[in-house]
Amino acid sequence: MISQFFVLSQRGDHIVFRDYRGEVPKGSAEIFFRKVKFWNDDEAEEAPPVFNVDGVNYIHVKVAGLFFVVTTMVNVSPSLLLELLQRIARVTKDYLGVLNEDSLRKNFILVYELLDEVIDFGYPQTTSTEVLKSYIFNEPIMVDAGRLPPLGPAAMFMQGTKRMPGTAVTKSVVATEPGGKKREEIFVDIIERISVTFSSSGYILTCEIDGTIQMKSYLTGNPEIRLALNEDLSIGRTGSSYDYRSSSGGGTVILDDCNFHESVHLDSFDIDRTLTLIPHDGEFAVMNYRMTQEFKPPFRVTALIEEAGPSRAEVLLKIRADFSANATANTITVQMPVPSYTMRASFELEAGAVGQTTDFKEGSRRLEWNLKKIVGGSEHTLRAKLTFSQESHGNITKEAGPVNMNFTIPMYNASKLQVRYLQIAKKSKAYNPYRWVRYVTQANSYVARL
Amino acid sequence: MAPTVPSAAKSASPSQPSGKSEVADLKQQLRQLAGSRAPDADDQRRDVFKRVISCMTAGIDVSAAFGEMVLCSATSDVVTKKMCYLYVGAHARAHPDLALLTINFLQRDCRDQDPTIRGLALRSLCSHRVPNLVEYLVTPLTTGLKDPSAYVRMIAAVGAAKLYHISATACIDADLPASLKALMLSDPDAQVVANCLHALQEIWTLEAANSEAAAREIETLYSKPVVFYLLNKIKEFSEWAQCIVLELASKFLPSDNNEIFDIMNLLEDRLHHANGAVVLATIKVFLHLTMSMTDVHQQVYERIKAPLLTLVGAGSPEQSYSVLCHLHLLVMRAPMLFSSDYKSFYCQFSDPSYVKKLKLEMLTAIANENNTYEIVTELCEYAGNVDVPIARESIRAVGKIALQQYDVNAIVDRLLQFLEMDKDYVTAETLVLVKDLLRKYPQWSHDCIAVVGNISSKNIQEPKGKAALIWMLGEYSQDMHDAPYILESLVENWDEEHSPEVRLHLLTAVMKCFFKRPPETQKALGATLAAGLSDTHQDVHDRALFYYRLLQYNPNVAERVVNPPKQAVSVFADTQSSEIKDRIFDEFNSLSVVYQKPSYMFTDKEHRGPFEYSEDLTSLTVGADDPENVISAQRYQENDNDLLLSTSDKEDNGTKGSNDSSTSTYNAPSDLISPSLISSQTSAETSLINTGGPTYSSQSNFSLDDLLGLGVTEAPAPPPPALTLNSKPVLDPGTFQRKWGQLTLALSQECSLSPQGAASLMNPQSLIRHMQSNYIQCIASGGQPPNYKFFFYAQKDGATAFFLVECIVNTASAKAQLKIKADDGTAAEAFSTLFQSDLSKFGLS
Repeated sequence: MISQFFVLSQRGDHIVFRDYRGEVPKGSAEIFFRKVKFWNDDEAEEAPPVFNVDGVNYIHVKVAGLFFVVTTMVNVSPSLLLELLQRIARVTKDYLGVLNEDSLRKNFILVYELLDEVIDFGYPQTTSTEVLKSYIFNEPIMVDAGRLPPLGPAAMFMQGTKRMPGTAVTKSVVATEPGGKKREEIFVDIIERISVTFSSSGYILTCEIDGTIQMKSYLTGNPEIRLALNEDLSIGRTGSSYDYRSSSGGGTVILDDCNFHESVHLDSFDIDRTLTLIPHDGEFAVMNYRMTQEFKPPFRVTALIEEAGPSRAEVLLKIRADFSANATANTITVQMPVPSYTMRASFELEAGAVGQTTDFKEGSRRLEWNLKKIVGGSEHTLRAKLTFSQESHGNITKEAGPVNMNFTIPMYNASKLQVRYLQIAKKSKAYNPYRWVRYVTQANSYVARL
Repeated sequence: MAPTVPSAAKSASPSQPSGKSEVADLKQQLRQLAGSRAPDADDQRRDVFKRVISCMTAGIDVSAAFGEMVLCSATSDVVTKKMCYLYVGAHARAHPDLALLTINFLQRDCRDQDPTIRGLALRSLCSHRVPNLVEYLVTPLTTGLKDPSAYVRMIAAVGAAKLYHISATACIDADLPASLKALMLSDPDAQVVANCLHALQEIWTLEAANSEAAAREIETLYSKPVVFYLLNKIKEFSEWAQCIVLELASKFLPSDNNEIFDIMNLLEDRLHHANGAVVLATIKVFLHLTMSMTDVHQQVYERIKAPLLTLVGAGSPEQSYSVLCHLHLLVMRAPMLFSSDYKSFYCQFSDPSYVKKLKLEMLTAIANENNTYEIVTELCEYAGNVDVPIARESIRAVGKIALQQYDVNAIVDRLLQFLEMDKDYVTAETLVLVKDLLRKYPQWSHDCIAVVGNISSKNIQEPKGKAALIWMLGEYSQDMHDAPYILESLVENWDEEHSPEVRLHLLTAVMKCFFKRPPETQKALGATLAAGLSDTHQDVHDRALFYYRLLQYNPNVAERVVNPPKQAVSVFADTQSSEIKDRIFDEFNSLSVVYQKPSYMFTDKEHRGPFEYSEDLTSLTVGADDPENVISAQRYQENDNDLLLSTSDKEDNGTKGSNDSSTSTYNAPSDLISPSLISSQTSAETSLINTGGPTYSSQSNFSLDDLLGLGVTEAPAPPPPALTLNSKPVLDPGTFQRKWGQLTLALSQECSLSPQGAASLMNPQSLIRHMQSNYIQCIASGGQPPNYKFFFYAQKDGATAFFLVECIVNTASAKAQLKIKADDGTAAEAFSTLFQSDLSKFGLS
């Protein structure tokens, strides 16, 4: 039973505040905000998503730099509330096109309308964008998405690639287009977040892919859709997990496990790996999957740190893009913590480097190397000279690292999971909606140890 | 604050709302608009309403405009209407008289042609929370429940619960619960059914406190017809409604195994749901249903592993945190079952620190012979982490694993390597661990001392680390050449040492050193005692004085006191009793799991019974911060062995498929007499921990007979006692609590319940009613199956003396633990006999 729902800005302003049961004492939003801001101040820890202050339970998620919070007085399921908060954010995004402080402030009356239908007296009702449509009377006021920071995994498609209609993902599902006619289209995004840890000798210690097939449909009349995946896809790893030898042969995709959206019918999934569904309006995850089978990591990272005199050291960072030249990674950041007594760092980029920047973050004692893009097959290096405030003692490699890397690679997926075809039940011969099947791989935790 | 309203945005920044002038301005505008028939009046009204709501959101008190808002409320614009409803709902309570003005148009809207308008009006009407207006609610609600539109019925169902909160009698008198129940079992719309269930649960739970009928009604909700009816429709429900149906099913007590397997096969595909809340609710059903079937229970663990791990990877960090908390609970219960999945619990770079902490605890728990090397190697990587709290936790984790005995040799080496890293917090943490390790494995002292001896105490700032180093200096002063001199130099800086903990340790260490190497230490000892005697800290002063007098009295006696031969510590005390852990497990898929506390410790007063279980809290916090209470993973190991043993016991797992379908995933074992997982977690360890506080031991003398329901009542019912009780004793919770704190324990006993009684104890109310009929009143109760806790009181007839009882019932073993306190201690025995006799009759009548 939810007592209150509210959205706070990063500064703690109320953007939306709804009390459902009138049982939580006044000032809960302020109590929450203070608690989150000053959680364990000395150790700079983040507040956990669920905590209790004076008998009131506060559950929150952070979306687009905003706090979505519910309070409750009873011992409810935390997952239910966290899922619900995330869903409210998603439904709101479906309506507003983009979700951020600006769009919420402009549309707060519409958000109240949504909240009235989504939760009644603290009980979750419906979160289906489609069902909600008939109860929402406000027209969304659009904000300009262009100058806003991207949000969510799908937003990464807006960066760089000209092939995609960039505004499509930020289109409201209810607003009518300027031309009056709605464009019939459907987006299927295969988004993979990969985690790889390399040992100091470059050997892969752990690797995991957390993938999502996300769908956003703007089709009228809810036609049935068939989504075919790799025919040889197998699910559930038998025998001991982390048996890397199994991956060498064939190139079959073996998922550890997966789950599906409510609307997906799996009748023929076991036979020919096709998912059948009638997509409702709005954005949702058709399928989530996890894979620990070894895969070819997109980047090889080599990092070296060596002493060069009593209070100096040299760092060499090298990254090699191990994917085909058709794909290009963008917004790459490489970070490396250096010994705490490092005073200065001077960098030396490779000759002819374009779109690369370097920085020494004094506060957190980290080297940062940013690259705008990396074309598949290329290799880049960075040298840095460190000056220490004292003589280093002991093993300098234990004082530095590990190297962490962040990147996004559109039109590339590490797992080799493919959408073989996307079939839309035809209403007429002329009916030929746009279909977008897009792949993207993102680093979740890409770490190389020293 | 909405930027769409420039004037509002400018004048009222959310941090310092300039409330008054703004509200006055709004009031005036509303007044102008009230009767306006201007063509754009609707638009203007919309704008002004928007500004009012915007002020309301920012926390500005706009209740002064109530009258004006109501005047403007007559509109056909739905958007404006909704804003008005929102406003009225928030402020009606403060203006009950003016709220009456809204009733008229709301009632009219309740009869509107458009079901959406009917629904909205009904919802708004029920949200007023004004007791005087209750009379206007009942009729629209009753008609609403019969409305042809599901939308209206859905709102009416929740409205009934709202009405109950405004006026319980109005709700009961109108017989709404009965209508809700009928609707729940017949309505074609799943959301209406779900809302009826919500409302009924809420109404009957609250009503049960004063009505037996309501308590019985709750039990019917958990009965087979209702549970199966809802489960069979599970796919029609929204994912949120599925969660409450599943929660209901987890409380269902199946009568035979076929029912269990029917339910599990029906719900099998829910484990593949993308919504984590649905998956966790399903898992709860599975775990609770199979509690008494050890090997199926274990199969469930194996089955749910993969879906849980997928959920951890799939959602936002917040969602995975909640799932991970549940995984943590399961791992802690049965670490062996997760030992091959250790890589899933490695910390990732992007994990927030609260997630990393959980993962470190899991890694510690699942370390065994096969994976220790890899886990410790991984943990050592984190020790150099830039995230200092995590680095600390990692070092502690390595130490805990070392204490579990797997390959101590190699781990000691690693710990000693930490000392070489020369980071102050790493050194401090490591010293504490080395100290604990030496207390358990004194044989390692030579290796450790060699390294520890090289550490300069000047480099250690943290009191805990420093205290550990000083302890080792005292304990091993015969092996450490410099010990007396290091101690001496520490004593010289006595005044600069801020931590009393360190000074206490220093006192003791110098004493120990003195007994081992008297000539070298004598001078230091004199200085130490002098410094200690003039110390401003009471404990330090007292200990110094105590040592001084001991030495004066007899140095030999002093040596025996200060430096007796020590036995190696075999097991460090566990921080949480198994009773607490079981309770948290019973509350699976709730906040208890995240907080790692049973619900009675954190839910608000009105949900927690008349008073706090203050005793439990104190007994639990004892030693929570004490570094010596290291969680011993051996404990888990033991539980785990139980779990695994029982499988090897039975090779002949019958595969009696339920449903006669070959695709059934869960199979009934042919014999069911193995102890359940939960009750096999015996109280052996509890007695170790709760030396001071009350002992919550679930029964260790669990016999196979109990499960079969045989011969539990061998304890003969005592003869009817002479004591008679006052039929209407009066004692308020505050007095009870005070008395309970003041009185000493008169009796502490264990007794049995009849098997029927244990079986019928599905919620506390049934026993409370039974005891009430014997003039024993309940003042507080709580718990979930199989553990319940009650506080009862009774009064001797014709006297003022009270009897207070704490009664912990475990329905799985049909036993009860009694603690009796009495104003009149002489009558306690007689009362105990009476109480036990009454308790043993429970369920038989």
